[in-house]
Amino acid sequence: MMSQIPPEFIVKIDYDTCRRCRRCVMNCSFGCMQFKDRVVPDHKKCVACHRCVTFCPESAISITKNELTYKDSANWLPETRQNILKQAETGGILLTGMGNPRPYQILWDHMLIDACQVTNPSIDPLREPMELRTFLGRKPNRLEFTRDGNDEIELSTELQPQVKLDVPIVFAAMSYGAISLNAHRALAMAAKNSGTLMNTGEGGIHKDLNSYTDNIVVQVASGRFGVTSEYLNSSAMVEIKIGQGAKPGIGGHLPGEKVGEDISKTRMIPVGTDALSPAPHHDIYSIEDLSQLIYAIKEATDYTKPVSVKISAVHNVAAIASGIVRAGADAVTIDGFRGGTGASPMVIRDNVGIPIELALAAVDQRLRDEGIRNNASILCAGSIRNSGDVAKAIALGADAVVIGTAALVAMGCRVCQKCYTGNCAWGIATQKPELVRRLDPQVGAERLSNLVTAWGYELQEILGSLGVNSIESLRGSRERLRGIDLDEQTLKLLGIKPAGIGQ
Amino acid sequence: MRCDCYIPSGCAVSGIMSKAGERMDGNDIIRSIALMHDRSNGLGGGFAAYGIYPRHANEYAFHMMFDNMEVKDQCEEYFKDTFDIVLDEEIPTRPGAVFEQDTSGRSAECGTQPITSPPILWRYFMDVPEHRTKFVSEREYVVEKVMDINSKFTGTFVASSGKNMGAFKGVGYPEDIGMFYKLDEYKGYIWTAHGRFPTNTPGWWGGAHPFCLLDWSIVHNGEISSYGINKRYLEPFGYKLELRTDTEVVAYLFDLLIRRHKMPMDLAVKALASPFWKDIDRMPKREQKIATAIRQVYGGALLNGPFSIILGYSRGMVGFNDRIKLRPMTCATKGDDMLYMSSEESAIREITDPDTVWSPKAGTAVIGELNGEVE
Repeated sequence: MMSQIPPEFIVKIDYDTCRRCRRCVMNCSFGCMQFKDRVVPDHKKCVACHRCVTFCPESAISITKNELTYKDSANWLPETRQNILKQAETGGILLTGMGNPRPYQILWDHMLIDACQVTNPSIDPLREPMELRTFLGRKPNRLEFTRDGNDEIELSTELQPQVKLDVPIVFAAMSYGAISLNAHRALAMAAKNSGTLMNTGEGGIHKDLNSYTDNIVVQVASGRFGVTSEYLNSSAMVEIKIGQGAKPGIGGHLPGEKVGEDISKTRMIPVGTDALSPAPHHDIYSIEDLSQLIYAIKEATDYTKPVSVKISAVHNVAAIASGIVRAGADAVTIDGFRGGTGASPMVIRDNVGIPIELALAAVDQRLRDEGIRNNASILCAGSIRNSGDVAKAIALGADAVVIGTAALVAMGCRVCQKCYTGNCAWGIATQKPELVRRLDPQVGAERLSNLVTAWGYELQEILGSLGVNSIESLRGSRERLRGIDLDEQTLKLLGIKPAGIGQ
Repeated sequence: MRCDCYIPSGCAVSGIMSKAGERMDGNDIIRSIALMHDRSNGLGGGFAAYGIYPRHANEYAFHMMFDNMEVKDQCEEYFKDTFDIVLDEEIPTRPGAVFEQDTSGRSAECGTQPITSPPILWRYFMDVPEHRTKFVSEREYVVEKVMDINSKFTGTFVASSGKNMGAFKGVGYPEDIGMFYKLDEYKGYIWTAHGRFPTNTPGWWGGAHPFCLLDWSIVHNGEISSYGINKRYLEPFGYKLELRTDTEVVAYLFDLLIRRHKMPMDLAVKALASPFWKDIDRMPKREQKIATAIRQVYGGALLNGPFSIILGYSRGMVGFNDRIKLRPMTCATKGDDMLYMSSEESAIREITDPDTVWSPKAGTAVIGELNGEVE
């Protein structure tokens, strides 16, 4: 059957300046560029990953959208029609990568941050200390003290394990398998440099990363890949993954062709077999089952590490999070419906879940209403795009934010949404050795650290303008946010006032 | 009576304490706060005095403000249901302008600007009925009732609710308020005072400082930039923050940390004005462990933004600043007995010739405690 799907992009080559070096041909991992006396692009294969554009020494390549004119319809958009064509040709589920691209309202962009004028002075972060240090883990509601024989005060409350972050920004769970070992290495190095955490995702941990223990969150997901006692103990924190924002209620599938020697060892499955993560954990069919797993992990790690639970933001997220905290979790990661993925059915990614802004506000408020907010840290994931988003998330009540897509973009990702093909031209979401090689872990780590450092400086500027010198004075301080162009109900759910209203 | 808008303010504060528990009249504190006249703008002033009701020392003294007789009757019904009223009476005042003969010759400086349209000011000395404290402590019970009245009764406000102490406050310059309430006729071992400079609409009587709960009283110069989270931190513990003034969070935080969580005073101050991590990292192990745990657990209680605060309570007086001292505070002592705290050194020198004067470091509390029992 001949495909009726028109190309999405048009690749233009300026043959006057092209000097036929073939660098673009070598760099294109999607087979778009061919050399027949001169470079000839196959437009249908272009994904707009910009690899060729970036590496062309003459800047002779440009990529444009294929502006095919269709008969106008606000309902039957070109993309809608193309998706139908694809399914008519294949009879399959439409797969996609990265986060929800649909033009839903982005609530971060409808929140504005306060600043000080006259009555309370702003603080200059270049001259005064400005503290971002954050601790993840369960805190008691109060401390108790005793006096020893010399009348010295002693702390008699024993605190549960806490993980220290120098900045309230951690890297998201992305498995070895979904992304390359070099990407994992870069994330681990950057986490160490920046005093924060990377998350292994569900694919186990490669032995090369053993020296990064203090900066690694190991994940236990429904596939239980690579989960051993040693794995659990070579971490700063353990995370049970229940759901992912991009595909709530859906499992995972790493195709067998990606399972080479190294991944096979790390995941503890035979080479070439599909790695299937079931939709639910087959030993968790209720909140009490989750509690058992939480305590099984705590036993296995001798109560030395916080255990977090990651869920996707769904309608009833507040009650679910409350149950999770009461089940013994020391942290809850909430992943909003714009969160990224290596592969997800498009229909799920684009239609299931709720925005992280609303989920975060609901969870923080619910835990406070129940008097258990101190019992767990809240991590907020699902499309944190800049330090403004970070500040707003923290003001809504997050202890720290989780960045996945932003971290990948820092390493070179162009958000072309083709992660599931394994052809990532930037060496990130691929297992092909010749592509993985393109990502230098050292360079990747430096770029990641730069991003975290830059956002950290910007957060300090925001705190200073708010007249506070510590991140805990912003955390949950919704009084410092105002909504703009939001309806009354949304404002109420976010717990913020509309812009124009004073205190 | 109640004003529904938030009023940021600049201010003057002053405090005097006799560690021996010797009681003195209100003239000194009025002179001290009067000297800082220009730090307030006539929209709020007030005093807290400890040791003023020795004959009713074991009863809770409720200083009340009512908009009219109707709400007063309603509140009285409530008091009859919830407390045993031992005595109730109007709080004595000198309404209108004050004349020299009323004030032992002091009116040239103080009390010349008439205090107008006060609410009905009434005080109740009450016991908590024994059967009411089966499930909660007596003090917890009183806090619940204060929260109840301030949040549910319109036109009614509890100005103070401690034993053997009281708050005297209103709209006006503090020295005029002092004369209005006849503070020259009371005797106390701790006095604190506040002159207010609200920066927009006129203050309301209840919104003036000190802000009190049980025997805690707070006078506060500054603005709590972390108000939003402090409020949300307190709410799950049952505190109702209805007054739209950041000062109330300070009073409730002390109540929570010291009365309910039983923290020593110096550690409570460490939670409210925490040392910086850079300093904690250099502390000796034991101290470091305590400071770290306090910041981890009580992050929501950290007060941020510019402030100088004087806390009064039955057993003492505590002064402290924000973590980078964005508002002034000077302390002084005279002999072994007297401790002074003020926004300006001049306000101390106005009333005494101190032996030592110092400006406490940012975030470091000056704690004055009674040496023994009160006379």
